Amino acid sequence: MASQANAAFTKQLTKYYGFYTGGFIAFVILVAILEQMGVPNKILGYMFLGATILLYAGIGFMSKTAEVSEYYVAGRRVPAFFNGMATGADWMSAASFIGMAGTLYLSGYDGLAFVLGWTGGYCLVALFLAPYLRKFGQFTIPDFLGARFGGHVPRLIGVIAAIVCSFTYVIAQIYGVGLITSRFTGLEFEIGVFVGLAGILVCSFLGGMKAVTWTQVAQYIILIVAYMIPVVWLSVMHGYGPVPQVAYGYALQKVTEREMVLNDKTTPDGAREESVRQIFRDRSAAAEAKLKGLETGGAGFLAEEKKKLEDKAAALKAAEPVDAKAVAAAEKAVKDFPADAVKAKAQWTKDKGIVARAAPIKPHAQPFQGKDERASDIARRNFLALIFCLMVGTAALPHILMRYYTTPSVKDARQSVFWSLFFIFLLYFTAPCLAVLAKFDVYTVLVGSKFAELPAWVNAWATVDKTLMNISDINGDGIVQLAEIVIGGDLIVLATPEIAKLPYVISGLVAAGGLAAALSTADGLLLTIANAMSHDIYYKMIDPNAPTTRRLAVSKGLLLVVAAIAAYVTSLKPGDILFLVGAAFSLAASGFFPALVCGVFWRRANKLGAILGMLAGLGICMYYMYITYPFFGVKAPLWLDIAPISAGIFGIPAGFIGVFIGTMISAPPSKEIQELVDHVRYPSLEGDINTAST
Amino acid sequence: MQLTAKHHEYWNRNLKVTAALLALWFVVTFVMGFFARELNNITVLGFPLAFYMSAQGSLIIYVAIIWYYARYMNKLDQEYGVHEGEDD
Repeated sequence: MASQANAAFTKQLTKYYGFYTGGFIAFVILVAILEQMGVPNKILGYMFLGATILLYAGIGFMSKTAEVSEYYVAGRRVPAFFNGMATGADWMSAASFIGMAGTLYLSGYDGLAFVLGWTGGYCLVALFLAPYLRKFGQFTIPDFLGARFGGHVPRLIGVIAAIVCSFTYVIAQIYGVGLITSRFTGLEFEIGVFVGLAGILVCSFLGGMKAVTWTQVAQYIILIVAYMIPVVWLSVMHGYGPVPQVAYGYALQKVTEREMVLNDKTTPDGAREESVRQIFRDRSAAAEAKLKGLETGGAGFLAEEKKKLEDKAAALKAAEPVDAKAVAAAEKAVKDFPADAVKAKAQWTKDKGIVARAAPIKPHAQPFQGKDERASDIARRNFLALIFCLMVGTAALPHILMRYYTTPSVKDARQSVFWSLFFIFLLYFTAPCLAVLAKFDVYTVLVGSKFAELPAWVNAWATVDKTLMNISDINGDGIVQLAEIVIGGDLIVLATPEIAKLPYVISGLVAAGGLAAALSTADGLLLTIANAMSHDIYYKMIDPNAPTTRRLAVSKGLLLVVAAIAAYVTSLKPGDILFLVGAAFSLAASGFFPALVCGVFWRRANKLGAILGMLAGLGICMYYMYITYPFFGVKAPLWLDIAPISAGIFGIPAGFIGVFIGTMISAPPSKEIQELVDHVRYPSLEGDINTAST
Repeated sequence: MQLTAKHHEYWNRNLKVTAALLALWFVVTFVMGFFARELNNITVLGFPLAFYMSAQGSLIIYVAIIWYYARYMNKLDQEYGVHEGEDD
């Protein structure tokens, strides 16, 4: 009977989302027609963002619920296929949608660590956790720790770990929301953050997990369509056909040939590159000389240098005929001259660093580049360590694991992991191809073109944001050289529609896709944090007799508070987004993974083991980040040359060792807990206990 | 609740398939990653092999691993009578 009802439900969902997809395509076509009729781009941008947020709010409103199991686990009736889509949207954040292709563009092979790490981790989810957690069938990940290891302590550590890693991660998402909203509507970043936040809250506030699930499915459809259209178009434009993921090898070959030409000083193109690089080297050397002078001469040297500039300006003014342009430049140099020794040192140190732009082009497909074999080996070690941390972190992030509580059965949970990775895979195996196609365009079309005739998209982005696109004729030959361009990673996805000469409607679509990616992930994370506090702390530990209405009220109240705090922290723009994301993965991996896996696969594992394991994992991971990440200012030497982002490589083994030692020095778990282990291992047993919460 | 020999056999077969798939995952990810410099000397469809594997090939294998595991285990549940529900 149950499976018949499920089948009917799936059919109904397929129909709804079929209509929805059709409606969305009709909407895009409508906007395209409006664009042809001359409606300005800004209005089209507002239409896209407004319509999608309204849509999410609509789904959220229709899914409002007052039932605990619907609020926490969407009533456990999300079919595998749709749970896969929801997990895909939950998983793919602003960093995946906007940042990934850019990272690959900038770092070539070594950037693939993110592609591998963020997909391969699902193998661990499938093999070690998803089916067992589904059989256990409660509401949160700390629920499992609490039941399996007994007592409040493991649960509490789990709650803290869940909050720490989800909060770190949610900051990065809200940042993405603010960025997209402000870029496409012209609002201030800080206001954009709060507008986006309103969008997040309308989904999760009324209907909890149920509303978030159905919104995420809608968001997945938008984001995958928005990602694919420009890439396929770009590929067709360059003659690689509609399946660029297979055919871009030839584009990669051409990029590689072009890299060799541009790096070879004996070719005309290479010689022009070299002339730009020489200018950078000269500037850097001049700055270095000034720094040395400052060190020995102090304030006197500074005054002397300023005098030189003033004399030069005066001489130019006195000369006949007066070269107005040169005078203006000389006067500007006097005006911009650093006021004191501290500012001078900062300015010249920065100028000295420009030598980085004189470096030869790194070949895109070549792994682990370094100046010698040792540097290359260190790069390889860090590449593998990062993959490992991202994969294990994937299999430990509570907002992802929680999604497997929502399927109707263990069987569906297993299939659901497959669909999850399949839907994620669609985007991730396209990103490397987009990076290469964009590089192909820049290397062959942009480089060598004339400054007087730059493509429209270059000028457009160079005026919007200098960190995304900075281009200037350094050597004054009127022709673009690669060394004269600085591209910010986020540009690749945002500018692809324009590179592919698509109408503005597609740019709006990409913005809507990026927003969907950021909103969906933020939704899942905020819900995880609020649930950990309301369910695990308030209901399970403080007031186990609380009535349903109060439990939900507490949960919703906390959701608002957490969202407001997260938005406030984000509006302060705290540091490096990529490090925040990486840190969240390392923390989750070290804190949760050993205890969760031992909880299922090692019957003997007990309470003390779990406590020691989680504390050791988190402790080592945080300690290593603290002593090595420059922000904290300790700057201790690295262990085995591992970068702080991969701190999990030490935290994960520490976690397993902690579980082992703690378990061996204390008594085996009780008979009830051993029965619980059997219970999660078999999808169905005769005379089985029942742990499911309703 | 008493586990029979058949139950233990089910669990052992689960462990075996888990270990085998995990080994495949390990080779595809870490062994191929370790030898990326060497593998890149081979060219397939215009791609250096290591680049292709990390950008596309390994991802396809990951999807296949999970697909196979779900299929294998769902069958195993039936075979050992530990599946959920009465029908299907």
